[in-house]
Amino acid sequence: MSNPERTSPKGTSGFSRRAALVQIGAGLGLTAASEGLAEAQQATAAQAHAAHVAAQAQTTHAVGTFMPKGLNSHEYATLDSMAEWIVPGAHANGSAQFIDFMCSVNDEMKVIYTGGLAWIDDTMRKRTEGSDFLHASKDQQKALLDVIAFRENHSPETGPGIRFFDWTRRMVVDSYYTSAQGIKEVGYIGNTGMATFSVPQEAVDYVMKRIDL
Amino acid sequence: MFQVSRTPQAFDVVVIGSGAGGGTAVKVLTDAGIRVALLEAGPMLTPEKDFKEHVWPYQVDHRGAGSHGEAYFGRQQWGYFSAPNGYWDVPGEPYTVAPGEEWKWFRSRILGGRTNHYGRISLRFSDYDFKPEDGLSDPWPVTYDEMSPYYDKAEGFIGVTGTKEGLRTAPDGNFLPPIAPRVHEQLIQKAGKKLNIPVIPSRMAMLTKAVNGRAACHYCGQCGRGCLTASAFSSSQAMIFPAMKTGKLTVITGAMARELITDGSGKVTAVSYVDKATRTEKQIRCRAVMVAASACESARLLLNSKSPRFSNGLANSGGAVGRYLTDSVGYAMGGHVPAMEGMPRHNSDGIGGMHVYVPWWLHDDKSKDFPRGYHIEIGGGPGGIPQLGTFAGVCSQYQGYGQQLKDQIYQNFGAQVHFAGRGEMIPNKNSYCEIDPDRVDQFGIPVLRFHFKWSDAEYNQVKHMHQTFSAMIETLGGTVSKRPFDSTKEISAGGFIIHEAGAVRMGADPKTSALNKYCQAHDVKNLFVCDAAPFVSQPDKNVTLSIVAFAWRASEYLAEEMRKGNV
Repeated sequence: MSNPERTSPKGTSGFSRRAALVQIGAGLGLTAASEGLAEAQQATAAQAHAAHVAAQAQTTHAVGTFMPKGLNSHEYATLDSMAEWIVPGAHANGSAQFIDFMCSVNDEMKVIYTGGLAWIDDTMRKRTEGSDFLHASKDQQKALLDVIAFRENHSPETGPGIRFFDWTRRMVVDSYYTSAQGIKEVGYIGNTGMATFSVPQEAVDYVMKRIDL
Repeated sequence: MFQVSRTPQAFDVVVIGSGAGGGTAVKVLTDAGIRVALLEAGPMLTPEKDFKEHVWPYQVDHRGAGSHGEAYFGRQQWGYFSAPNGYWDVPGEPYTVAPGEEWKWFRSRILGGRTNHYGRISLRFSDYDFKPEDGLSDPWPVTYDEMSPYYDKAEGFIGVTGTKEGLRTAPDGNFLPPIAPRVHEQLIQKAGKKLNIPVIPSRMAMLTKAVNGRAACHYCGQCGRGCLTASAFSSSQAMIFPAMKTGKLTVITGAMARELITDGSGKVTAVSYVDKATRTEKQIRCRAVMVAASACESARLLLNSKSPRFSNGLANSGGAVGRYLTDSVGYAMGGHVPAMEGMPRHNSDGIGGMHVYVPWWLHDDKSKDFPRGYHIEIGGGPGGIPQLGTFAGVCSQYQGYGQQLKDQIYQNFGAQVHFAGRGEMIPNKNSYCEIDPDRVDQFGIPVLRFHFKWSDAEYNQVKHMHQTFSAMIETLGGTVSKRPFDSTKEISAGGFIIHEAGAVRMGADPKTSALNKYCQAHDVKNLFVCDAAPFVSQPDKNVTLSIVAFAWRASEYLAEEMRKGNV
């Protein structure tokens, strides 16, 4: 079920993970099937690096007209709007698509989001005399989020919204920061092959200067 | 009743289980020209299909949550990107625990067992571990000096990083070059100096140089996902696959051992197993058997191997089988280090896991209120590719949303440290396993019932861990919440650290032990046990390296006894 090949997005180079791994095997003198190890003396980190690059070559995110699978189109648009508030850039990143996908494969998750989004609309209507979240003004949206984004505002009236916002924030952040864009933004560098491992003095100095040890 | 089919062919040795012990037995025995059949309860491992090394989270639609989002509801067995590993719950294979007690029994069902995934921390036991000076547990029937050459062999073959430190609590070995400490590890080394706590290069089974045809590490830090270049040790890739090429090894997967069959002379003549695919019983004949099914599974097999001659099960005339069950004492704590916020970004993947660690440092301190000791495993920094949940703590702590939340996430990425204590449990009479008289698994094999209790020795140790980690975190400028500390609530559940040992212990006296100093049953000359079951105690040093060393020694001894015609 959870086979990366099946889930390769459209519009990629067509270079499958399987093919990439076979290439790793070839590069390192490995044979296919169960014989994972052979004469690997000629293996170098450069070859491993090439294999990493190959394994990663298939990854681009298809952004086009998105049809939600777990939520209806209004729910999805509301979620997408909230996502952009939570992590600026989440809309362009397609972060809400991940949550929609989770709702499509997990009924418990779907209940959290359909229920939570309905609460958001209902609450907004009461606050604005009739506008749902999407049709409320930016200021009205912000005013509601400023309540439900903080535990200290908890009350019987706000509890469901705070709990829902916790889920949404957690999962928008999950989605955004496991995307290529988010990983780049947070500054993770790695998942590659190297011949040697070293730690830049600049990073050590930065930290040591900030603490008295 | 099952239709029983017997193999026409008899093997020299049947090895049961393919983890660290079974893999070592397979390697040493086939190297000696002995014909071996290996029974593995799980499937064949196919690294290029089963390992998810190098895969970014966004290459998978569920990003690692599981195809039904299991991770979000705590229902994911093990991380999606991890190498096939096992879990505490195995469908169709239950175990029971005495009322009011807690024990978690981890089982791995895959060629290579837990070695495909384990942390690869490789520590020798110390001289005093074999001959306890405090009298709180029994001496082993071997000494450090007898085992040292086998540690040399084990380290030489699997490849272990390290440095010679001259510490009695962490004996030096046959080491590969160490790896440079990461930024947070250098910080912790400095804090350690201030607190008089040694922080030394870690001893890990990853190759900082090519060894025995296995390529040197390429430092992607993803050892836990399984290593396609076999640069991190696993018994599957380093021992079993090469042995398959010798023509001396027959691997039988999906084979759940049911019992050992003995003849009138009291020797094992065959192994009965359930072929899982067909749910039929098969028997495989052999001259000798090496049981390496994991400590408790090995005990279960022996206890289930009853005959008129061995009415309490095999190797159990002294009643030791199932007894002296231990796990490591576990406690962990993390902390945020403000000095690391916004650190210049760089590749800190390295080898999977820690580059430095803290060996036990208070062996000669008589003032502490617990016996024996613990080592500290160190984590922190970015910790590899961002995953689902990497920023859950930041979200929960800072709340809010928008650019401020993004800034907090950026500042906090990699700005934490993590300490995990792994300590010695004293074997006690309340901790053991036995056959549950009422239950069988899906194959009809009687299951284990566990009894497990920690004692004050362990609770006090956990309190000490908490004090040490707090001091470390505060020295690093972090804050520790001053909550009331209750050791009985904070200590790991028995079995949770997955270091279970004992249950078929070795010893000089057949009345109180099951095996002799070569892991050979006192009662049955052609029966050996070579996982952590033979271990008399649970030193504060992860057991895998010692499993390899003891299995190596047992296998050499068996090969020699077979050559002499004694087995």
